[in-house]
Amino acid sequence: MDFMTLLQVLDSTVRLATPLLLACLAGLFSERAGIFDIGLEGKMLAAAFFSAAIAFTSGSVWLGLLAGIAASLTLSLIHGLASITFRGNQLISGVAINFLAAGMTVLVAQDWFSQGGRTPSLVGAARFEPIVLPFAEALRNVPLIGPLYYELISGHSALVYVSFAMVPITWWVLFRTRFGLRLRAVGENPASVDTAGVSVVRLRYAAVLICGVLCGIAGAYLATGLQAGFVKDMSAGRGFIALAALIFAKWRPWHALYATFLFGFLQAIALRPDLIENLLGFKIQVQLLDALPYVLTVVILAGFVGKAIPPRAGGEPYVKER
Amino acid sequence: MDKMPQWADVVLIPLISLLLAALLSALVILGIGESPVEAFSLMVQGALMRSAGWGYTLYYATNFMFTGLAVAVAFHARMFNIGGEGQAMLGGLGVALVCLYVPWPHWSIALVGATAAAAVFGAAWALIPAYLQAKRGSHIVITTIMFNFIAAALLNYILVNILRPVGAMDPATAKFPNATHLPTFRDMFSTADTIMFRGSPANVTFFIAVIACVFVWLLIWRTRLGYEIRAFGHSESAARYAGISPVKITVVAMLISGGLAGLMAVNTVMGESERLILNSVEGAGFIGIAVALMGRSHPFGVFLAAILFGFLYQGGAELALWTKIPRELIVVIQALVILFTGALDNMVRMPLEKLFLALRKGGA
Repeated sequence: MDFMTLLQVLDSTVRLATPLLLACLAGLFSERAGIFDIGLEGKMLAAAFFSAAIAFTSGSVWLGLLAGIAASLTLSLIHGLASITFRGNQLISGVAINFLAAGMTVLVAQDWFSQGGRTPSLVGAARFEPIVLPFAEALRNVPLIGPLYYELISGHSALVYVSFAMVPITWWVLFRTRFGLRLRAVGENPASVDTAGVSVVRLRYAAVLICGVLCGIAGAYLATGLQAGFVKDMSAGRGFIALAALIFAKWRPWHALYATFLFGFLQAIALRPDLIENLLGFKIQVQLLDALPYVLTVVILAGFVGKAIPPRAGGEPYVKER
Repeated sequence: MDKMPQWADVVLIPLISLLLAALLSALVILGIGESPVEAFSLMVQGALMRSAGWGYTLYYATNFMFTGLAVAVAFHARMFNIGGEGQAMLGGLGVALVCLYVPWPHWSIALVGATAAAAVFGAAWALIPAYLQAKRGSHIVITTIMFNFIAAALLNYILVNILRPVGAMDPATAKFPNATHLPTFRDMFSTADTIMFRGSPANVTFFIAVIACVFVWLLIWRTRLGYEIRAFGHSESAARYAGISPVKITVVAMLISGGLAGLMAVNTVMGESERLILNSVEGAGFIGIAVALMGRSHPFGVFLAAILFGFLYQGGAELALWTKIPRELIVVIQALVILFTGALDNMVRMPLEKLFLALRKGGA
C-alpha cells in the first residue's frame, strides 16, 4: 500500500468517524449527567431527514442544519420529559425515540416529496461543500507534508472541523468549568448536588439538550455532508456504534476521539476489501469488520481489558427525599 | 396501603395509555392528509373482516407472542432484554440447520425438533450477555444491543458463505424438504365446500405460542423458579438474603427469555418462508418490547397485546396497499405505545393516583 492509498483510507476514516464522534460526545454529555441515552440513533436519523428536507426546500444548508438540530432537540425534550420529569425508564424511552424517528422520517418524507421515503438529491448551496484550507494548493507538491495536508487535513466540510473542535471543548467544559463539575456530580451522586442547592432537574435537562444539539449536527452531517440527501434508515446503526465507542472510551472525551477513529477506520477499510487482501495476503470477511466494533465493546464491557465503569447514578431517576 | 385499586393498575392505566397513543396516531394520519376514520375502517376491513385477514393477523400475533413473552420473562427478573431480534435470528439458524440436515419422516416430529433447536439457539445467544451481566456487571441492555448487530453479521456471513446453495444469488438457504412443511390454518380449517384462511401464512405454530403463554404463566406464578425470579426482580438484596443466587436467576431468566425469542423462528422460518432468509425477523424482536409493556408482563396481557399488534401489522399492510400511507405508520404507532405504556407511565399514573386518593378520602 503506497502513501496515497493510505491517505485515501485515512481521509475516508475522518469522514466516517465524524458522525460517530459527534454522537459519541452527545452521549457523553447525557450519560455523564446520569441519563442513559440509547436514542442517539433516532435523534441522528430525525436530524438527517429534517436537515436534508429544509436544505432542499430553502436551498440553504445552514437553515437545514438548524432544522436538523431542532428536530433532534424535540426528541431530546421527549426523552427529558420521560426520564427526568416523569422518572420513567430511560432505556425504554430511548427505544421509543428510535422507533418514532424511524417511522416519522419515512412518513413525512413520503408526504412531502413522494419519493418512497427519501428526499430529492441536494446540490450546490444545499450541501456542505469541502473547505480548502489556506495554503493547501501551494503546499500540495511539498513531499510528505504537502499531500498529507492537502488530502487528509484540508478539503473536509465545515462540520468535520466542528466535530474535531468539539473534543477539546467537551473536555474543557466537563473538567474545567463549574457547570462541568456539577454535571459530572449529578451523574455520580445527584443527592449531593441537590444538597448543595443546585437543581438536579435543570442540570440533567441541560445535559440532555446539549446531547440533542450534538446529535442534530451529526445527523445533518450525514444527510448534507457525507451524502447528498436523506434515504430511509440512513443512520444505519451509527448511533449504536457511537454508544459502543462511548463505552470503549470509558466516558472520556479524548478517548471518544480515539474510539470513534478506530471504528471509523474499520468502516473505511470495510469499503476497500481489495486493500486488505493486498496487504495481508488473505481475505477478511466484510461481516467480520462490520461486527468488530460490537465485539470489541463486549470484550471491553466484560472487563477483560480494563474495566468500563459507567457513571454511578446512570439510568436512575432522581427522587427527592421528602 | 395501595394507592389504587388493582383493576385501575391492570386495566385502566394501559387503556388510557393506549388511547393517548391512538389519539396521537390519529393526529399523525391527519397531518399527512388522510382521514383517521377511513384508515381505521380500512385496517379493520383488511385485518379482521375476512378469514385471510385473520390468517395474517394471527401469523404476526404468533411472532409477537413469542418475543413479547421473552421480554416479559426478563422484565420479571428486572432485566431489559432488548436482544430478542438477535436471539430470534439465531433461532432461525437453528431451525434451518435442523430442517435441512435431519431427514424428518413427518412434520409433527420435525416440529418438535425445530422447536427444540430454535429454543436452544436463541437461549445460547442470550447466554453470553446473561453471564456478563451476572458475573461482570456489564449492562444487559448494552450487551444485548451489541449482540443484535453481531448476530446480523454472523447470519449474513453464514448465509452468504456457507448455507447458500451453489449458484443461487440471494443470501438464503435452500428450500426445506417437503416433510418439514407445517400445516397452515387453511389446511386445518378448510372444509370441502369453503376454503378458509386462503393464502395466509398462519400455521400450527400459533398453538405453540398459546402453549408458551400458558407455560410462562405456570412458570412465573406456579413454580419455585418463577417465585425466585419475581423475588429477584422486586428486590435483589432481599432475594439474596433469602438464599436466592443472583447469578443463577439472571442466567436462567435470560436463557428462558432468549429461548422464547428464538421460538419465533419456528413460525417465520419453518411455517412461512420454508427457508432461512436474511431478514426473517423483521423487527418482531423489538415489537416484543411494546407487547410486553402493554401486556404488563402478564402472559394473558401479552396474548391480547400480541393480537392487537398483529392486527396493526396486517392493517398497516392493507393501508400501504390501498392508500398513500406508508407501512412505517405502524412503526410510529409502535413507538407511541412504547412511549406511553413504558416511558411515560408515570404521566398517566400520577394524576390517577391523586384522583383515587381524593375519592377515597371523600368516601371515608
